[in-house]
Amino acid sequence: MSEIQDEWPLYEIFVRGKRGLNHVHVGSLHAADDEMALLHARDVYTRRNEGVSIWAVRSDAITASSPDEKDPLFAPAGDKVYRHPTFYAVPDDVPNM
Amino acid sequence: MAVTSQAEDEAELLARFEATVGRHDRIEPRDWMPEKYRRTLVRQIAQHAHSEIIGMQPEGNWITRAPSLRRKAILLAKVQDEAGHGLYLYSACETLGVSRRELTAMLIAGKQKYSSIFNYPTLSYADVGTIGWLVDGAAICNQVPLCRTSYGPYGRSMIRICKEESFHQRQGYELLATMMRGTDEQRAMVQESVDRFWWPALMMFGPPDAESPNTEQSMAWGIKRDTNDDLRQKFVDMSVPQAKALGVTFPDPLLAWNEERGHHDFGQPDWDEFAAVVKGSGPCNAQRIAHRKKAHDDGAWVREAAVAFATAVVEERAPVSVSKPGEGSEQ
Ligand SMILES: [Fe+2]
Ligand SMILES: [Fe+2]
Repeated sequence: MSEIQDEWPLYEIFVRGKRGLNHVHVGSLHAADDEMALLHARDVYTRRNEGVSIWAVRSDAITASSPDEKDPLFAPAGDKVYRHPTFYAVPDDVPNM
Repeated sequence: MAVTSQAEDEAELLARFEATVGRHDRIEPRDWMPEKYRRTLVRQIAQHAHSEIIGMQPEGNWITRAPSLRRKAILLAKVQDEAGHGLYLYSACETLGVSRRELTAMLIAGKQKYSSIFNYPTLSYADVGTIGWLVDGAAICNQVPLCRTSYGPYGRSMIRICKEESFHQRQGYELLATMMRGTDEQRAMVQESVDRFWWPALMMFGPPDAESPNTEQSMAWGIKRDTNDDLRQKFVDMSVPQAKALGVTFPDPLLAWNEERGHHDFGQPDWDEFAAVVKGSGPCNAQRIAHRKKAHDDGAWVREAAVAFATAVVEERAPVSVSKPGEGSEQ
């Protein structure tokens, strides 16, 4: 068997800490296949009830944005202050708002 | 877009990197980073990961001879945690562009190091307690500040590890406290164990600051947050009252409270011994690496079988003769 082939592929692991929360990235691990990735994730990342659900995703299946802060991808959000509630002045005596 | 030379680009990237570190913000895997920063991190994280993995051996030595089922379950869980710590750290190291295969190969070939403490043998069951108390205790001192290290994945691994270390230290201390309530023979066993591990534990913080050439750069980059000597002092100050409560002493005639400094004075470990153990002539260096190599070699057929099985399942689900749906078409 070739040296490259027997390095198991890398998986990224996401754990839902408890019901009502999103899955959160916790790290990565190597596994021969998807089922093994889940089993290893259980042993490596949830030894103390850290999760109620696990996602395992092949690292090479993830599409990521560029890390460059100047990336135009995030720039449009910067000048749209009207997307935040604090942009709007409401008289102090208006309740529950 | 203006055409800039590569040197100008690099200067701008470096300025941005240094500004991020200066703000105590984190560097993340796909960010640009100076090559020396990357190499320093790979060396440090790999050494740390290898220490967790090799660190399973001295304690693993006692699993089959633990004195009760309770102690055996605790020790198994503790050693399993150390395997987990190694894996978190290898995972962090791999984000810097090295593969797990390379890291394992470097360890087995002796090209990367691990903490010198694990080259000392565990001669009595009390050593399990002493390692939890002093060795994991020293590791905690080292690791808590690293939770704020500048490289994101490393810091996140450390947070995860620190949460688990507190169990390690407490189970060790409780083990020793139980023995101290036992017979004279058991008390002597604890004292003898503490005498053997005290100096090697102090060495875990690395050489004195004056002889630690990398510290300054590592601190400037936010990889390290404290100097070796500061952490060693902190550890001594923490350990003295714990030893008193336990009823043991440390084998250091110079150990004394210094009112003026507000810290304990203490003697220096034998740094020649440290250098020799790091170079490979500690009592167990050869044994530790041989054991790790054997475990790796013995596992080869398992790794191969798992790949063969995974490949067979894929082929069964999508036979080669049938064209896969969507193949060749735009999706
Ligand atoms: Fe650990
Ligand atoms: Fe530990």
